[in-house]
Amino acid sequence: MTPPADERSPIDSLGDPVVRAMRYVGGLSLLIADTAVWSFRGLVSPKVRFGWEALAIQMVRVGVRSLGIVALVQTFIGVILALQMTPPLATFGQEAMIANIIGVAGFRMLGPIITAIVLSGYAGASIAAELGTMVVAEEIEAMEAMALNPVRFLVVPRVLATCVMTILLSAIADLMIALGGYITCRLVLASDVWVNYWPNMRDQLTFSDLGTGLIQAAVFGVLISAIACFEGLRVRGGAKGVGRATTMTVVYSIVSIIASACVCTMIFYIFDF
Amino acid sequence: MIDTTGQPVVRVVDLVKRFDDRAVLDGVNLQVIQGETMVIMGGSGCGKSTLLRHMIGSIWPDEGYVELFGQNIAELNDDQFDAIRKRFGILFQSGALFNSMTVGENIALPLKEHTDLDDDTINVIVTIKLELVGLREAAHLMPAEISGGMKKRAGLARALAMDARVLFYDEPSAGLDPVTSAEIDQLMMDLSKKLGVTSVVVTHEMDSAFRIADRMAMLDKGRILKIGPRSEFEALRNGAVTGDETSDLIRQFLRGDPDGPITRRRRSDGYEEDILDAAAGHS
Repeated sequence: MTPPADERSPIDSLGDPVVRAMRYVGGLSLLIADTAVWSFRGLVSPKVRFGWEALAIQMVRVGVRSLGIVALVQTFIGVILALQMTPPLATFGQEAMIANIIGVAGFRMLGPIITAIVLSGYAGASIAAELGTMVVAEEIEAMEAMALNPVRFLVVPRVLATCVMTILLSAIADLMIALGGYITCRLVLASDVWVNYWPNMRDQLTFSDLGTGLIQAAVFGVLISAIACFEGLRVRGGAKGVGRATTMTVVYSIVSIIASACVCTMIFYIFDF
Repeated sequence: MIDTTGQPVVRVVDLVKRFDDRAVLDGVNLQVIQGETMVIMGGSGCGKSTLLRHMIGSIWPDEGYVELFGQNIAELNDDQFDAIRKRFGILFQSGALFNSMTVGENIALPLKEHTDLDDDTINVIVTIKLELVGLREAAHLMPAEISGGMKKRAGLARALAMDARVLFYDEPSAGLDPVTSAEIDQLMMDLSKKLGVTSVVVTHEMDSAFRIADRMAMLDKGRILKIGPRSEFEALRNGAVTGDETSDLIRQFLRGDPDGPITRRRRSDGYEEDILDAAAGHS
C-alpha cells in the first residue's frame, strides 16, 4: 500500500514515477495485445464480424486527410537537407553525393519519423479526443453494457488504419523528400549535380533502405494509435480530462517514436540491414 | 401487486465500495423481484449511481457481490457475462447514443452484432422499437439533431432492442420538462405492465418516483435507510414529524422541505474543524 505523501521517504518519491511508468507501459502493452487478438479473431473467426467499413472510414480520416500536410512538410525536409548538406560536401568537391545522402537519410529515417510526428499531432490527438469525449458522454459504458467490446469496435479499426496509412504516407514522404532535394539542386546547384541526381539516388538506395523505413513506419503507426486510444479510453474528469488526454497523446507519441526509432536502428545495425 | 417473496432477478449483497478510503457504498443489501419497478432514491452524492453501475458490472465492489438472474457476476468469465448483458438494458442519464450513428443505426447496432437477422428484419424491429417510444420519424436523424427528451427515448428504444428482461434507468427524468418527464414515466410504466419488464430506477425526482415505483429504497451516505412498498413511503411523506432521526430525514427528502435533519447535518458536518483549520492556516 502506498504511504501518505507526508510519510514518504526520498526513495519512495523516486520510485513513484517508475511505478507509474511501468503501469502505463503495462496497460499500453495489454491494449496492443488485446488489439492484436481481436484483429486476428476478426480476420479468422467467422463468429467475429470484422469492421471493414469502420477500417475504411479511419483510413480516410488518418491517411487521406493527412496526405497534403505530410507531402508539404516532407518536401521542405528535402529542401533543407539539400541546402544544409551542399556547403560541407562542396568543401570536398562531392556535391554530386547530395542525392545519395538525401536518399539514405530520407528513406531510412526522416520519411517515416517526420510522417509519424505529423500524424501524432494530426491523427493521434484527434483519436484521443474522440474516444475521450465518448467516455465522458457514457458511450463507452453503454457499449460495454450492450456486450460490445470497445477494443474490438473502436481500437482495432483505428490501430490498423493508422498502421497501414503510416506505411503508405511514409512511402509518399520518401518520394517527396527526394523531390524536394531535386528541386533545390535544380534551382540552386550546378547542372552536373542535378543531371545525375536520380541515377545517383537509384544506385545508392537498396531494398533494405526502403524496407527498414517502412518497418519503422508500421511500428510508429501502432504506437501513435495505441497511445491515442489508451489515453482516450482512460479519460476522467470531463472536458479537462479530454484536453489532458490529447496533450499527453502527442507528448508520449513523440517520445515513443524517437525511442522506438533508436531501438529499431540498433537492431538494424546489429543485423546489418 | 408484486410478490416480494419471489425469485430476485437482481440481488445486491453486503456491497462495499471505497474511493480513496471514503466508503461510497457501505454494506448495501437489496433485492429486485421479477416484474417490479424498484426506485432507488437519495440526495446527490449518496452513492445511487455508483450502486447502479455495480449492478450492471461497470464498477466492481471492494466487498460483497451482485447477482443478476441468480448468477454472481464476479464469478462469470467475459463470454458468460456478455450473455447476461444481452438480457438487460440500460438507459443512461444522457441517453449515451453513439454520436457517429443515426438514431436508427444506434438501435440496430446490438441486433447486428448479437443476432443473425438479415437487414430487412432488423429494420422492421428498429421501426417497432422506435414506434414504442414515439420516435419513428426520427430514425434517420443524428443524435446531435434531436432534443434531450428524444435522446432518452431513443436510448430506451436501444435498451429494448434485444428484448431486455431487466431495464436499469439512471436519472431518466433529469433535465426534462414536466410533460416530457411524465411521458418517459408513462413509457416506463407501460413497459413494466405490458411487457413484464423488471425496472431498477435511480432518481431524485420525487414526483416521478411516486408515479412509477412498486417498491422504493432510500439511500443515504452509502447505506440503505429504508426499503419498502411505495405505500409506506407515501405514508411517511404525508405523516407528521416523529422525532425519529431516520424517519424525519426520509420525510424531509420526500417532501423537499428546506428544514430538517438533512439541512442540519449539512450545516454541522465538520463545521468546527473547518473553522479551526482556517484559523490555524492564518496563524
